[in-house]
Amino acid sequence: MKVRVISRSEEAFTRERSQDVTKVFRNLDPRLHPMERAQEYTRALNAVKLDKIFAKPFIGALSDHRDGVSCMAKNPSRLNCLVSGAMDGDVRLWDLAYRKTVAEFPGHNGAVRGVSISSDGDFLVTCGDDCTARLWELPAAEIGEVSGGVKHCEPVMVFQDKNSFRAVDHQWEKKVFATAGANVSVWDYNRSEAMTSFSWGSETVVSVKFDPAEPDVFVTTGSDRSICLYDLRMNTPLRKLVMQTRTNAVAWNPREPFNFTAANEDCNCYTYDMRKLKFAKCIHKDHVSAVMDVDFSPTGREFVTGSYDRTVRIFSYNGGHSREIYHTKRMQRVFSVRFSGDATYVMSGSDDTNIRLWKAKASEQLGVLLPRERAKHEYLDAVKQRYKHLDEVKRIDRHRQLPKAVFKAKKLRQEMTEAARKKESRKRAHSAPGSMPREAARKKRIVAELE
Amino acid sequence: MVAPGGKHKRFFEVGDSDENKSDEGPKKQRKELDPDVEKRLIEAKVKALPQSNENTDTIKPKIRKYNRGERLSVKGLKDKKLKSQLKTKEDLFEKSALTAAKVEQWLLPSEGGALEADDGENTYDYTQEDIVKNVDISSAHKAFDLRLPDLGPYTIDYTHSGRYALIGGRKGHLAVIDWKTKYLMMETQVKETTRDIKFLHNEQFFAAAQSKYIYIYDKKGAEVHCLKEFVAPLKLEFLRHHFLLVSTNKAGVLHYQDTSTGQIVANYSTRLGPCRVLRANPYNAVVSLGHSNGTVTLWTPNMGTPLVRMLCHRGAVTSTAFDMGGSYMVTAGADARIKVWDIRKMQALHSYMAFQSTKSLDVSQKGLLAVGSGSTIEIWKDAFQVKQEKPYMKHKLFQNSTIQDLSFCPYEDVVGIGHTGGVTSILVPGSGEPNFDSFVANPFQTVKQRHEAEVHALLDKLQPQTIMLDPQKFGAVDKNPRKNLREQEEEEDESKKIQGQKKAKRKTKGRNKVGKRMAKKQLEAFGTKRSIIREQQQQQKQMKGALVKEREEPLPRALERFAS
Repeated sequence: MKVRVISRSEEAFTRERSQDVTKVFRNLDPRLHPMERAQEYTRALNAVKLDKIFAKPFIGALSDHRDGVSCMAKNPSRLNCLVSGAMDGDVRLWDLAYRKTVAEFPGHNGAVRGVSISSDGDFLVTCGDDCTARLWELPAAEIGEVSGGVKHCEPVMVFQDKNSFRAVDHQWEKKVFATAGANVSVWDYNRSEAMTSFSWGSETVVSVKFDPAEPDVFVTTGSDRSICLYDLRMNTPLRKLVMQTRTNAVAWNPREPFNFTAANEDCNCYTYDMRKLKFAKCIHKDHVSAVMDVDFSPTGREFVTGSYDRTVRIFSYNGGHSREIYHTKRMQRVFSVRFSGDATYVMSGSDDTNIRLWKAKASEQLGVLLPRERAKHEYLDAVKQRYKHLDEVKRIDRHRQLPKAVFKAKKLRQEMTEAARKKESRKRAHSAPGSMPREAARKKRIVAELE
Repeated sequence: MVAPGGKHKRFFEVGDSDENKSDEGPKKQRKELDPDVEKRLIEAKVKALPQSNENTDTIKPKIRKYNRGERLSVKGLKDKKLKSQLKTKEDLFEKSALTAAKVEQWLLPSEGGALEADDGENTYDYTQEDIVKNVDISSAHKAFDLRLPDLGPYTIDYTHSGRYALIGGRKGHLAVIDWKTKYLMMETQVKETTRDIKFLHNEQFFAAAQSKYIYIYDKKGAEVHCLKEFVAPLKLEFLRHHFLLVSTNKAGVLHYQDTSTGQIVANYSTRLGPCRVLRANPYNAVVSLGHSNGTVTLWTPNMGTPLVRMLCHRGAVTSTAFDMGGSYMVTAGADARIKVWDIRKMQALHSYMAFQSTKSLDVSQKGLLAVGSGSTIEIWKDAFQVKQEKPYMKHKLFQNSTIQDLSFCPYEDVVGIGHTGGVTSILVPGSGEPNFDSFVANPFQTVKQRHEAEVHALLDKLQPQTIMLDPQKFGAVDKNPRKNLREQEEEEDESKKIQGQKKAKRKTKGRNKVGKRMAKKQLEAFGTKRSIIREQQQQQKQMKGALVKEREEPLPRALERFAS
């Protein structure tokens, strides 16, 4: 006879000393893990609830400005560095880690409308209503807390123009920048006159952004409701798209460099493919007032928007609705927003003279995570993803407390769109078949595409 | 009943034995499996990981074990995004199943127990003495007799890790034992009839069904709670994932109480008299009750009526037990029969005869069936899929004491028997799962680990609403929602109404007499029957004719006269 029975020695299954790592044994047989679906669901439900508990996105405010913050720029080569310009001509360099001003750049009379840092992080260009663009050298980076008080910097160069400037952006390769105003001008650091100047129509250009992947291509938006594409290698603009309402800002997707997202006055953002401007790739709805600024996360999967409705929202690059909304009682109209270089934080500059620092994921655990912690977070994320369609999980995950004004405006907008839809459907029902062709929403807001 | 889900289909695939396939020639096999996309995928993946020395055929059944249902077909889908997402998901599931199958050789190092007979002998010939002689000394200590002749009969329960045993004598003797070291953790005498005992979520607490109420005691034997809402309990069961204490009583009421909150979740009357048979299905936490009229009912706390009511025996049901995979149920009745049921299809599979009525049944983690009747206990191996002729093992208790309760010890090759003479523990090689999962049940749990596990168990506590017959359906899309069903029913009703109206119009006087109606019915029935018979006759004729014709042609002329 042959007999074998289960026999476990305690030594083989337990640790020898209390300093040793605990021995863990796994058996993945589904029979030992009954009701795993219900279990996973319970974990997902708990995870979304915990997310709500830990959702404390506001980190702090940078509050040295004396007037509304009009524009911000992040330093492409340093994470903790932010430059902001205010309506009273004040320009400040911030240390984000300590939330303190490092340097001031005095000189502008009247509002600063645009700031931009060169891709190597050495130079800063500011421009404003006083018809000047100023080139500054950014003070050398300091590690640790700022010592010796706030530095006052002198401009390296002042570029004079006849009209006021509205925006500025650096080219990603050379020491060249473009300004927007009455027309679009491209400047070299070493020349006081603009290298080239573009204009298409007589209206003011309000924003300009260089494509990070195709360094000579840039996009501008104008108060004639246009989005215009330019190439530095050509003498004339490439293409122009006219929409029904004005676009306030654009941001290029850093991972899909032919796509850019436009922040529009009609409360929506529109993602366009540079090559196909006939229709928007995606409409991002949720704001209830004009979207003032937009900025992409360096991952290219998300972007942040600031709006005139006093809220900041975070959208997925292909999502129709926002994933997150940030607001505080004291935050006023948001004029500029930026994603931090590590995709972890969001900065918003608003009319109430403050720059606010937010977490990009409201309930994310910051700091260095242990591998086990990280694994746990990943597991919970996967489980949440799996059960996100179930009622309870969806309800808890989606719920956001809205300010009363936004809530009411949202309701009103819903009613209005519903009424318009009904009206159109009735009209269609009472007109000859085919006489009212359906128009795609992604094309509706486009007036014309010019070449 | 519930339609067989993906999991069940898979089971049958395993059942049709891959060994047979491998016996066929390699050419044929390749030809057979060529269209099988899954196989090719696996092969490709196995090739991609050259360090593995297992080939596809040995790994395939292992993968099946870890696959949850079949691969989802995305053929009819129009949404490209969804299609690709689903495809990626399915690939991921496949990959994880493959990985799980591959790491099995390292994750699951221990081999299970086994008992093999020499030539000319049978495994049931071996006594416990024989087995004990042939095993190592620590295992030999696991077989013992606790002679407690005065306070019995005893019931026995193990913690889910199998480390501690709880014994309860009918006359109020309760004890918790660390049964491997024989250390008595707690012993108390409640001085009351105690009908059943059950551990709660760990060894720290247990419940006892005493003459009037259910009491909860802690590890020191101190009374923690008295559940006065439920009177005269007979049987207890604890659903540890849900923290639900289930009990039945003399009035035939089924009672669910949450032990973490104290809330009474459900209280249903079975209306079938006192209920002494209660067992939870470990696969889906559905509870089975056996009644004195021979029916077995399945319950969840979400429905006031049983999910299933099945007539299983011609006498009272004396015991039920479930297979760990949730596919089989075994019932024993006073009619001295043991029946195996497929509870996915609600069909009887086999019926075994016993010499006397079975008192207690239990199914081990590895699917061994223990049958306790009188003073003998029989162990049956592979008794579900195929009807067995002989038992695997037999054991007779000392001094002819009568079995009250038996329970396999999880993760051990041991079965504990509570009887009139005390408690007996015998070795049953191959009954327990050799490899435990530390996060599910850890026999070597430290105090800190127990604290941690308790917190996690509470966090992962399942709501009673999640108990359902097929737990794989949880979170799935209901393809026939109740709303649609109701609409369908309404439509049918309306159509019936319309038909009824039409009939009413046709009615004329004098045709509605009972006798006439019956006559008409019979005539109709007869008429239809007659027409059927006629058709059959015609067909037969035609067949005959055809046969004759067929014959006519090939027969040589000389032989025609022999053909009639």
